Amino acid sequence: MTEQEQRRPHILITGAAGALAQQVIKQLRDTCDLVAVDFREQVYLGDDIPSYCIDFNKRVFEDLFRRYRFDGVIHMGRIMSSQLTRMRRYNANVLGTQKLLDLSHKYGIQRVVVLSTFHVYGAVAYNPALIDEAAPLKSAGLSADLVDSVELENLANIYLWRYPELNITILRPCNIVGPGVRNTISTLLASSRAPVLAGFSPMMQFIHIDDMADAIVLAYKKPTRGVYNVAPQDWVAYQHALKLCGCTRIPVPSIPPVLPKFILGTLKLRSFPSYLMAFFKYPVVIDGRAFAREFGFTPKRPLKEIFRFYRENKRPV
Amino acid sequence: MSLASFLKSRLVPAELDEHINRIRKPIGTLGYDPWGYNNEAMKYGLSITRQIYEKYFRVEAHGVENVPAEGPVLIIGNHSGQLPIDGLLVGYALATRKENARIPRAMIERFFPTVPWLGNLLNEVGAVLGDPVNCAKMLANDEAVIVFPEGVRGSGKLYQDRYQLKRFGNGFMHLAMKYKAPIVPVGVVGCEETIPAIANIKPLAKALGIPYAPIALPVVLPAKVHLNFGAPMYFDDLEIPEEQVTERVETVKAEISRLIDKGLSERKRLF
Repeated sequence: MTEQEQRRPHILITGAAGALAQQVIKQLRDTCDLVAVDFREQVYLGDDIPSYCIDFNKRVFEDLFRRYRFDGVIHMGRIMSSQLTRMRRYNANVLGTQKLLDLSHKYGIQRVVVLSTFHVYGAVAYNPALIDEAAPLKSAGLSADLVDSVELENLANIYLWRYPELNITILRPCNIVGPGVRNTISTLLASSRAPVLAGFSPMMQFIHIDDMADAIVLAYKKPTRGVYNVAPQDWVAYQHALKLCGCTRIPVPSIPPVLPKFILGTLKLRSFPSYLMAFFKYPVVIDGRAFAREFGFTPKRPLKEIFRFYRENKRPV
Repeated sequence: MSLASFLKSRLVPAELDEHINRIRKPIGTLGYDPWGYNNEAMKYGLSITRQIYEKYFRVEAHGVENVPAEGPVLIIGNHSGQLPIDGLLVGYALATRKENARIPRAMIERFFPTVPWLGNLLNEVGAVLGDPVNCAKMLANDEAVIVFPEGVRGSGKLYQDRYQLKRFGNGFMHLAMKYKAPIVPVGVVGCEETIPAIANIKPLAKALGIPYAPIALPVVLPAKVHLNFGAPMYFDDLEIPEEQVTERVETVKAEISRLIDKGLSERKRLF
């Protein structure tokens, strides 16, 4: 048997300190050789998985490609809008991703999965429901804090068409929630009191972290290029979701629109930032059916189970 | 018993509760659909509308059986009366018909989602932002959709222009053709007299960011309302120039005009 036939797939996983990446690693570690990187911290993932704390823009990053000869990349290392400053986030998310994709091209990687977010569609009053992948990304025009998320996508899209051999798939999931998730919405559902904009309870979609990990693994295994929304066929109003999670709702005055903006801008709440305010006012309901069809994906954890977890774990570790 | 279930037992009659439960809707595990429709809210909505429909406006509806029992359908009517009462009454007539009741969706003005409480409330009882993408996705979901192609031109018109149809948009016809949805025309008589407006203060409307600001009595008058549903109209999905689409729209408009005249001749007195 030649070395090529024996070789297990080598995959670079970015954003390894996140709960989602760790679920993906758990699912893939038995069949693949993984290398984990994160810009925040070096995480210990067992002796079989080399783990690095690294900035993609540093030259040593290329050494990883030389040393491990990757076959694929799963890029989950997008810095969320609640982290770092706008400038540093732009450097990491946009320039860092560009570096990652350039290296992927240089070292002949054959499969790239990029994790994006539904935030790129932007929350506006005139959004239709069941937004599909071809809809314009309005987010950049609404908040400067979401520009890097949209830019990251644009970049991935350019590489998708310029280098088809990279087999890039971009996933735009709805709100990812569940044990260990540290994003804005998960923090809100886990808290005992959560702010709401008075009189607004937009429809939302939630996907369990384990289901999202399944989706990423499914996407990695089938090299279909393209952009896909990932969301279950289930919906709930924001305030109803908070109620089911056992949160007390604290209404923030919502009209005139400058008032909540001023209040949130002054309070600077990490879990309810002013640039995400529109997402708590207007719905951004995405259509995940194309992904489900193409990759044979069925989410297994119902909303009730997700909310029960938050209700029973009001003080997360 | 919690307050919610106590209120429900007092407000929602058991037979109405069962009636709604029987109607099949494409909703998720918590009773919502992607546009915010909610089964539980609908029960309250219909219970309250029942009083308005039967006691206040004493609606007489004819031909509601013309709406097909299933499949996509567009219910096209004349818009009037400042507030979307006509949509509410047409929706109620279809949601409570004895056989093959359907819960229709109404396309509403783009201004409503920006209004706190009201926007969500309208969504919960089936109203949806009037965007062609929404209408298309709902027809693809086999829903019955109420559309008033006159939009604010119709609802905001003054009392002196009552029962004069304003310009119809062509959007509904394109969707009906694309999704092979029959069109059921409906003539609404009586809503013009509910809030008679004598003038529209345009600068005030502009300043407040609302579609119109009528000068009218601050009450909704209990005019008797007649709804006349016409026979379903079918249109093929051939690629035709816009001019011919407009002609098709005109035939629908003419039919609605006929149904309005029928309603007006049936009407004995205003109240």
